[in-house]
Amino acid sequence: QLLTHNMLMAPGTKNGFPLAIEVEKMETVESEFRSEFTARMVQKPVTQVEYGALLQTLAGLGMDGTLPPAVPDSYESNEEFLRALHHVLMEARRVIDGTLVCPETGKRFPIKDGIPSML
Amino acid sequence: MASSSKCRPEEQAPPDVFYNESEAAKYLHSSRMIDIQTQMAERALEMLCLPEDEECLLLDVGCGTGLSGEVLEEAGHQWVGCDISRDMLNVAQSREVEGDLCHHDMGCGLPFRQGMFDGAISISAVQWLCYSDRAECNPRQRLLAFFQSLYKCLRRGGRAALQFYPQDGDQLQLLTASAMRAGFGGGLVVDFPHSSKVPSSETPETLPRQTRPAADRPETLQTPRECTAPPPLVLRREDRSYGRRDGRATTKSREWVIQKKEVQRRRGAVVRADSKYTARKRSKVRF
Repeated sequence: QLLTHNMLMAPGTKNGFPLAIEVEKMETVESEFRSEFTARMVQKPVTQVEYGALLQTLAGLGMDGTLPPAVPDSYESNEEFLRALHHVLMEARRVIDGTLVCPETGKRFPIKDGIPSML
Repeated sequence: MASSSKCRPEEQAPPDVFYNESEAAKYLHSSRMIDIQTQMAERALEMLCLPEDEECLLLDVGCGTGLSGEVLEEAGHQWVGCDISRDMLNVAQSREVEGDLCHHDMGCGLPFRQGMFDGAISISAVQWLCYSDRAECNPRQRLLAFFQSLYKCLRRGGRAALQFYPQDGDQLQLLTASAMRAGFGGGLVVDFPHSSKVPSSETPETLPRQTRPAADRPETLQTPRECTAPPPLVLRREDRSYGRRDGRATTKSREWVIQKKEVQRRRGAVVRADSKYTARKRSKVRF
């Protein structure tokens, strides 16, 4: 899930974030929409999701344009935005096979059967 | 009956080897194991004291086959799990747990960004860090790396409830000391303290820097249940206080100079009176 990807960073590095994704196989999953939880992900001042990094990842996956370039001001009541965000974070893409690449050291972490191996 | 130390899986093989396919299958089928894991996860969740009616993002360290994650799901939380055993994760994946899984060794530090999680739980996993399986792994360093990264990836005020089986008082001491060094406050809660399996002697009841008010400290369970006395460590991420911990003034500060002068005065030395110039910074301008 992209939500988890947004949290992962290469262990033992300072700037090992965001990890680049190289995809071999992806799938879409369904997940229940919960507006409060999604809103909390971009709540200010402490955002749990790094929005800039998320956009960067989306661009890398060829999905740019699904989200606005910045978090709208009234995001809590903006259902359209929240739904889009939820779709991107929880549903849209689940990488089954692929590789995560650390931007700092270039170390590669394989993803197999949907489980990234950060060893 | 074999002696109790022989029964400890920690002494048989490293966790990634011990939890192989057959061991993972046990967690899939044994109702006793499932019961125990579920009960302990429920207890750990209760200790996190999360706000009610709010969906939180939790971390499950050593999630194994995702039994504890299911408890979190039922309580309506989103979770991410990590484990060192690939076989256990494969079982978790086949059971179609909702949380995301990650194959990782917690002794190398958790691979998550700062302040991501509202809380963390861990069921019967942390004691594995106390054993060194290879020449290059030092339990002390691995524990510290784990606790430091756990501290980082929790939100402010976030809590971690770690259930573990220490072998003896020394291991307990090592674990709590590492947690404290990483900056955690909190305490050790021993459920069923009268059980014969609790390592006695120097068991520290609480960490010295107990800052949590007594009211929201979860109560120790007294009634004996089937599972044997798991002492969970409830940790709380606090903001680090800077300066000296013993309450004395920071070195080279004005208060520190005045304190030192006072000591010299008491010893009868001739000391200049304190004035507005005492310990004042020199001007940056040089003549």
